[in-house]
Amino acid sequence: MTTAVALDAVPRIRRGVKCAYDQIREAHVVLFPEGVLVLNETAASVVALCDGVRSVGDIAVVLADEYDGVEPEDVAELVARMVERRVVDVDG
Amino acid sequence: MAEAPFGLLAELTHRCPLQCGYCSNPLELVRRDAELSTEDWRRVFDQARALGCLQIHLSGGEPLLRPDLPELVAHANSLGCYVNLVTSGVGLSRDRLRELASLGVDHVQLSLQDATKEGNDRIAGIKAFDRKVEAAAHVLDEGLPLTVNTVLHRQNLDNIAGIIAMAEQMGAERLELANTQYYGWALRNRAVLLPTRAQLAIADPIVAAAQERLRGRMEIVYVIADYHEAHPKPCMYGWGARQLTVAPNGDVLPCPAATVISSLTIENVRDSSLHEIWHDSPSFNAFRGFEWMQDPCRSCPRKEIDFGGCRCQAFQLTGDAAATDPVCSLSPERSTVDLILETEMAPAEVPAMAMRKMR
Repeated sequence: MTTAVALDAVPRIRRGVKCAYDQIREAHVVLFPEGVLVLNETAASVVALCDGVRSVGDIAVVLADEYDGVEPEDVAELVARMVERRVVDVDG
Repeated sequence: MAEAPFGLLAELTHRCPLQCGYCSNPLELVRRDAELSTEDWRRVFDQARALGCLQIHLSGGEPLLRPDLPELVAHANSLGCYVNLVTSGVGLSRDRLRELASLGVDHVQLSLQDATKEGNDRIAGIKAFDRKVEAAAHVLDEGLPLTVNTVLHRQNLDNIAGIIAMAEQMGAERLELANTQYYGWALRNRAVLLPTRAQLAIADPIVAAAQERLRGRMEIVYVIADYHEAHPKPCMYGWGARQLTVAPNGDVLPCPAATVISSLTIENVRDSSLHEIWHDSPSFNAFRGFEWMQDPCRSCPRKEIDFGGCRCQAFQLTGDAAATDPVCSLSPERSTVDLILETEMAPAEVPAMAMRKMR
C-alpha cells in the first residue's frame, strides 16, 4: 500500500538514484540499486522536478504550463508511487 | 524477438579471499589464466549496453582482485550504466574506494557472513569481519549507498537479530537477507547449511518485525528458503527475461548457476556477440516463455507468477531441466525435496563444511 503524500511535501531524488535517457528503449529511466524503472513522459516530467526545493503543489503548477488537466492530486499520487519504489524521498 | 535485458552480472573473477561454503559459484572455479582480458570486458560492456543493459553488477569472486577494476568501472560508467560493486570488503581501503567512486561506482553491495566477528570469520574461512566494518565506514564516508548482503543458513540463522543490528550499525540503506539457494558449493554443503523448520519459524517473525520497525530507514529484502516452501521462487523472473551473466571465462549464462545444466550448450563472448547470444542462441531460448513447459506447469495459472521455478534446480534434483521445479507442492517429484529435508535438516552426523577453494 502506498502512503499518501501531502501537496506541501517536498520530494527529492534519493541518494544513489540516477535518472537517464535510454536511447535503446527511447524512454526516460530511473536507475537504482534494486533495478530499473522505465518512465512514461508524465512520470519523467515529475521525477525531473523532484529537486528537494519544489513542493508537490509547485510541481503541479510547473507542469500545468506544459500539459492540460494536471491535477495536484495526480502528481501527489505519482510521487507516492516513486517513494514506494525508493526512487524519491519526501520532506515535510 | 525477446525483450532487452536490464542487467549484466559481470563475474570478473572467481578468485576470492573468502572461502564461504555457501558460495553459488560452480565447484570448478575458473582459474586466473582463463579469465577474460580487459579488452574483452570492455567489449562485453559495450555489447551489453547496446543490447539494452542499464545496470552492470561487478561481481565475482572478489572483483577487487582484478587490477583493471578502475578501468572497467570507468568504462561501464561512460556507457551510462548504473555501476554496482559487489564485494567482500576485503581490499576495499579508503583510497581504493575513493578512486572507484570517482570513476563511477554508484552503489556498493557488501557481504556479511554473520552478526559477530567470531561467526563471520568462521564462515568466511579468514579474518574478514574487521575489514568489512572498515569498508562499510568508507562507503558511508564517500556518500555512496550501501547494501549489506547476508546469505542465511543453519549456521547463522539463529543470529538473525544480530545480523540486522549489525547492518544498521554499518549504516546500510538496504539489507538483503537471502536464504541459501543450493547451487555450486552450497549444494555440496547442503547437509551443513539447510536450516531447520524451527529456526525459520523463529527467524521469519523477527525479520517481519524489523521490516516494519525500520521502514523508511533500512529496507530489508528477505529471500525465502525455497525447499521449505509450497511454491517455487520466480527464478530470474523467467529464463532469458531480464538479466544475463558473463562468467570469468566469458561463458554467457541465462542465470549464474546455468552451467549445472549439462544438456545446455553454453556460448562464449569470445565466439559470438551478446546480441546474438541473447536473441538467437539455443541456450537462451531453451526455457523462454511458456511453450517449453510440461504439466503441471503448462496448465497452471501460477506459471505467470513463478515461471515454473528454477531450471537449474529442476535439472539438479530431477535430471530434467524442463520439469516443474520439484520444490513446488504440485510437482510429482516433491517427495525428493521432502526426503532431502528429512535427512539433511538434522543429519545424524553433520559433515564438515567444504570450504570454497580453487583446486
